[in-house]
Amino acid sequence: MVKGMEYPLLETINLTKVFKIGGIFKGTNLKAVDNVNLRIESDEPVILSIVGESGCGKTTLAKLILKLLQPTSGTIKFEGEDITKIKGKSKMVEFKRKVQPIFQNPFESFNPLRTVDKYLYASALKLQVAKDKEEAEEIIRETLSSVGLNPEVAFGKKPHEFSGGELQRISIARALISKPKLIIADEPVSMLDASIRMSIINLFLKLKKEFNTYFIYITHDLATAYYISDFIAIMFRGSIVEYGLAHEVLSDPLHPYTETLVNSIPDIRKRWSGKIALSGLELKEFEAVGCKFWRRCPYSNDRCKSSAPKLIKLKNGRMVACFRYQ
Amino acid sequence: MSGDYILGTENLKAYYETRHGYVKAVDNISFLVKSNEIFGICGESGCGKSTLMKVLYGIIEPPLKFISGQISINIDGKEISIQNTNVNEIKKLWWKDISYIPQSSMSVLNPTRKIEDQFIDIFKKWHKKISRRKIRKLIRKNFDALGLPREALSSYPHQLSGGMRQRIVISMATIHNPKIVYADEPTTALDVVVQRGILEVIKELQKKLNNTFVIVTHDMGIHYQLSHRIMVMYAGKICEIGETDDIFQNSAHPYTALLIESLPRLGDKSERKSIEGSPPSLLDPPKGCRFHTRCPYATQECAEKEPPLTEIWHDHYVACFHPLKTK
Repeated sequence: MVKGMEYPLLETINLTKVFKIGGIFKGTNLKAVDNVNLRIESDEPVILSIVGESGCGKTTLAKLILKLLQPTSGTIKFEGEDITKIKGKSKMVEFKRKVQPIFQNPFESFNPLRTVDKYLYASALKLQVAKDKEEAEEIIRETLSSVGLNPEVAFGKKPHEFSGGELQRISIARALISKPKLIIADEPVSMLDASIRMSIINLFLKLKKEFNTYFIYITHDLATAYYISDFIAIMFRGSIVEYGLAHEVLSDPLHPYTETLVNSIPDIRKRWSGKIALSGLELKEFEAVGCKFWRRCPYSNDRCKSSAPKLIKLKNGRMVACFRYQ
Repeated sequence: MSGDYILGTENLKAYYETRHGYVKAVDNISFLVKSNEIFGICGESGCGKSTLMKVLYGIIEPPLKFISGQISINIDGKEISIQNTNVNEIKKLWWKDISYIPQSSMSVLNPTRKIEDQFIDIFKKWHKKISRRKIRKLIRKNFDALGLPREALSSYPHQLSGGMRQRIVISMATIHNPKIVYADEPTTALDVVVQRGILEVIKELQKKLNNTFVIVTHDMGIHYQLSHRIMVMYAGKICEIGETDDIFQNSAHPYTALLIESLPRLGDKSERKSIEGSPPSLLDPPKGCRFHTRCPYATQECAEKEPPLTEIWHDHYVACFHPLKTK
């Protein structure tokens, strides 16, 4: 439970989002997010990583929590309140003050023709954090220095005058203006070069400590997820297949998919051994009745084909959706 | 060029012409690639690695401009100098002697033709008399070897997944047993599991075909898994060339060492630090060593003079006045 509160910070209950793909008559339904139950309920601020390959539904899940998409079924509770039912401008502003996004490509987040400080002012005024421009400027200066940028240098410049790393710092500063409880960062470093990537990752750790901000870090990169996160959820084809403390899940994966994922990282100390099965089964896997991984799983049997394993609790808050542990 | 080497450049310069002046993407680069090896080129975005690849393959189109230097390839004992050869002559070597795997498979595949027809088009370029049946047989054999389903042959590119398309391009690029295969970020757009599968395919193919692969990627992990030798580039210049294990264990250039140190790894939570600052603009790169503005070991000398690429021990070259490792 979050301090002074009776509810978990965030809770998704049977959250599902269905997209229709293909034609009007013969189209199929694709469950991008399939019955997801997640909870963030720690006293101290934590970083939860949601990890998976492209098309696993991690970005859809982020958009649902940010209220950029409406779920097909299920609910999302933030501090105990059902956010799928939030309506009206003042309620929305209140919600946005508490939950803020950071996106993948900072060059797409900003209009190339406007100076970046305009966005910072707009955020401060729209989220009603500041009454007027003067008050906004003070807050902006403060947040810019907390992300390691000199406010004097950042004012009056357009996006192309910054490097990718600096611009991503500015989008982090923008997200920090309202002092949000939760920041949802969707692949925030995948566009950045290796030599500057870690400075952004380290900044998240610093903000977590200094501002008591909770983070949901969405990524396909297991190495940064291991470095930064307290908890980790592994997603596959719309479902969470494993959840737990990051170092436990990644150093001792239980679900065969997590194992495949961990074994596929190109490490710089250990060379790969053995071989890996490739598949061209994406859509089939989404539509599978049973476990979505059975076609590629070395341990699968008839049961896996016909019924889907539920996410069950093991020790230490660890959860896994696989019949081998039931 | 001796028989051990298949590709070489000397003082190669290729710039982009812009309104504001030249962007010095490839600036005075000399290196040799051995036959029968996987040669990895790494560096951050904008370091010139992809431009270098284009020039090596012979695609020099405006705004890219060949400035000076030499590029030679050694095909069947004959030295072909790329910069002195007509583009149409170079195009005759494509697919057969040298081939190219781009980051996006769709820049090679024709979206309006079935995969099989695209294979047949390339075959018909050199073998006018070969029958469709015989070609089909050859492709099937190749597909089986790469673990590709035969149904893919009768599909259009958009009906296939990205990983499948990339494997098809690899099949196209290797079916004629070319001497050199260039691959520019061949797996960057793909997921890790698919990536591992494809890299394993490349590794096996290279062993089987006994030819040379030149692989460009920013991902040091891929180089560790795949490349025999690595060339590290920074801001249009070469920093370091050496055998893969040597580069990782005895990084001599501060840039290489700091880059490797900054990489997070599973099972290791110790603090990682980024390299201070960001890469320079190639319109107006810093004088002297191009890394000196970010280098913790830089001295006055580094800001004034450009360090030459020198051999510190066998097959390990470094361009630095203060290398971290010496003989």
